[in-house]
Amino acid sequence: MSTLSPPKSRIWWKEPIERSELIWISLVFVWGLFMAFMMPYWHVTGDQNLSNETYKTTPERFLEKTQAMVDEYTVRNEGPRNFPVVKPPPGGDVYMVSRLWEFWPIIELEEGQSYRFHLTSMDWQHGWSLQPANINIQVVPKYEHVFTLTPNSAGEYSVICNEYCGVGHHLMIGKIHVVESGK
Amino acid sequence: MSEQFRTCPDTGLKFHKPAENLMKANAVAAVVFLLVGGIYGLLVGLTRWPAVHLLPADAFYLTLTAHGINVLIFWMIFFEIAVLYFASSVLLGCRLAVPKVAWAGFALMLIGALMNNYIVATGTSSVMMTSYAPMEAHPLFYLSLILFAVGALLGCMVFFATLVVAKQEKTYEGSVSLVTFGAITAAIIAVFTIVSGAIILVPTLLWSLGFIAEIDALAYRLIWWAFGHSSQQINVAAHISIWYAIAAICFGAKPMSEKVSRMAFLMYILFLQLASAHHLLVDPGVSSEFKMFNTSYAMYLAVMASMVHGLTVPGSIESAQRAKGFNSGLFEWLRRAPWGNPTFSGMFISLIGFGFLGGISGVVMGAEQINILMHNTVYVPGHFHATVVIGSTLAFMALTYWLVPILFRRELVFKKVAAWQPYIFGLGMSGVALFLMGAGTLGVPRRHWDITFSLTGGVVHEFPAAANTMLALNGLSVILAVLGGALFCVIIVLSILFGRKLGDEKQEPALIATPPDDAAYEGIGRGSISVPGTFVMAMVFFVAFALYYFINWKYLAETWGIS
Ligand code: HEM
Ligand SMILES: [Cu+2]
Ligand SMILES: [Cu+2]
Repeated sequence: MSTLSPPKSRIWWKEPIERSELIWISLVFVWGLFMAFMMPYWHVTGDQNLSNETYKTTPERFLEKTQAMVDEYTVRNEGPRNFPVVKPPPGGDVYMVSRLWEFWPIIELEEGQSYRFHLTSMDWQHGWSLQPANINIQVVPKYEHVFTLTPNSAGEYSVICNEYCGVGHHLMIGKIHVVESGK
Repeated sequence: MSEQFRTCPDTGLKFHKPAENLMKANAVAAVVFLLVGGIYGLLVGLTRWPAVHLLPADAFYLTLTAHGINVLIFWMIFFEIAVLYFASSVLLGCRLAVPKVAWAGFALMLIGALMNNYIVATGTSSVMMTSYAPMEAHPLFYLSLILFAVGALLGCMVFFATLVVAKQEKTYEGSVSLVTFGAITAAIIAVFTIVSGAIILVPTLLWSLGFIAEIDALAYRLIWWAFGHSSQQINVAAHISIWYAIAAICFGAKPMSEKVSRMAFLMYILFLQLASAHHLLVDPGVSSEFKMFNTSYAMYLAVMASMVHGLTVPGSIESAQRAKGFNSGLFEWLRRAPWGNPTFSGMFISLIGFGFLGGISGVVMGAEQINILMHNTVYVPGHFHATVVIGSTLAFMALTYWLVPILFRRELVFKKVAAWQPYIFGLGMSGVALFLMGAGTLGVPRRHWDITFSLTGGVVHEFPAAANTMLALNGLSVILAVLGGALFCVIIVLSILFGRKLGDEKQEPALIATPPDDAAYEGIGRGSISVPGTFVMAMVFFVAFALYYFINWKYLAETWGIS
């Protein structure tokens, strides 16, 4: 008899289980329970839990809100594209537009402060990949995703598109500056 | 009727002529698409090697689309259809039901595959295999995949019909074998997969033709992954069935216990295919409750099933070896295994690579919060090259080495090279998997032509130098892997065309092992553990898994606060 031939007894579900199998199954089962527990546990105790707060939106509406933020909080213009650098107040709302093929505008944040980020796409799907913090979030058109970010160290960060979005995908990069608190 | 059958002089298996021809056609088509997809893979890998950067951007995205679809869909599914016919008609010694329908299915699949290759090559459909709406491909792109899927569905139907025929004509006694049982689970999951595929691809086709105004991007993702994820479970169920088959082919092994192995297969049907939320862990509009429930309920139970197979497959080999007298120490059974036989070595490398590289990385990445660190980085292709290439592809290759003499009655050519091939391919692919995972951990995006940002007019991001090193090492591994893949394709094609004809002569050494007597299994192993070696390996695996799992929570705790 082998794995290629019918089982010895037709009632295979009554055959005994090997001892090593039994030990392993128990171990693996407990491990599975543990891993299942880790996720809600982290929701309670961990500092990295992506909110799922989401609203239906349109590109026009989102762009309007972004423009309002840019008008109110732009501190300077910067870089080869002369993008506005926007510094919203700590605790405030940050809108970042994802579109073929840029993230707009540039954002300046303070270390240790929290901000409510709003993301959506103006066109196709994009990936919002914050480097080197390595935070990766899917950006989906018509859905406005709202979550809170708290930068933990000052420096220059890039936002890189990591969802393929057509032939200019590799052109899609944006910037976020994090400055020390109070500067 | 009986001249429709041939009894294989080596294995005693009964081959129904129409089934035999269909298996040959599907297997040959599979290998050809593997070759095509592998060449595309080489070009992709060399372009992602920053110092080489072979292709221009548009050609890169075209090539990556073609690579993914040719290997993941066409190679795998053509081969799986051949496996289904083998597991039904051959293993049950029964005629294949409705061969005409099976040929119609084959024709549809072939037309779909050719049409898809054509339309992708025109450059109008460089949308990647996921073709996320609202990015749009040429309508023929969707149509070609639908045709292919309908063809595959016909293949599954013929498989089920053959099971019914075997039952009615009483060509076997008792229950079906474990391998056939595994194939049944694969086919059931395949039906679910194809139905989800239809639910998403048919409206997308209509949308690309202008009959539907809009496709909701989030709904697309949800349904696409019900299809995309479960299609991977077909591969897993299929390659695990093949592991069990090879355990019998090379060692005459029997399942450690039928109940455990079969329950583990059933758990795939019950849970695995539903666990598609791990592709949506950082999506908007999908609640955390659903993400956690879906990954832990559906995935951990399915993961548990895979970990059970991970014990019982080598366990069944160990007990058969011990029953044959290789009973001393922990690992005599493994040392004395036929490492020069590519059927065995391919299967065993597949098992280890799938578990240690693919399995661990997949589960870790599937934890809701940890996914934030990896989503859409090259960690993801790193992970799935371990599952679907080292795991499934290498297992399929291993079985093919055995099928050439059995099915085609040809001797393998270049046997010495064939003995090395699984090692070359396995090593190369392990490199691809590990180095892509390494680069992904450093944040390198997937499906990306230029991580130096040379065309953005000066807005650049500098990845850590180690990321470039990882991608260069990946490039070297790609060359090794492609060499291994090409050797396989060439050996198989040449063997089928020019290998020495075997006719009715029985081969030496035997092509299938004689199962040990049941009595020989008495008192093997140590104390009450019959498979101590496998058990030790399982413990090593468990420790590696747990360590890596906790390291990633630690990484996560170091990044920005997210809430
Ligand atoms: C033969 C050698 C192979 C090499 C050198 C290779 C290499 C690669 C590389 C470098 C990527 C690109 C990662 C990125 O930029 O995002 C990739 C993507 C991929 N590979 Fe392979 N691969 C090989 C075989 C296979 C096989 C056999 C399969 C499936 C059975 C496979 C499935 C895929 C898939 C599904 C993708 C993702 C495509 C996408 O992002 O849409 N590969 N491969
Ligand atoms: Cu983008
Ligand atoms: Cu992109």
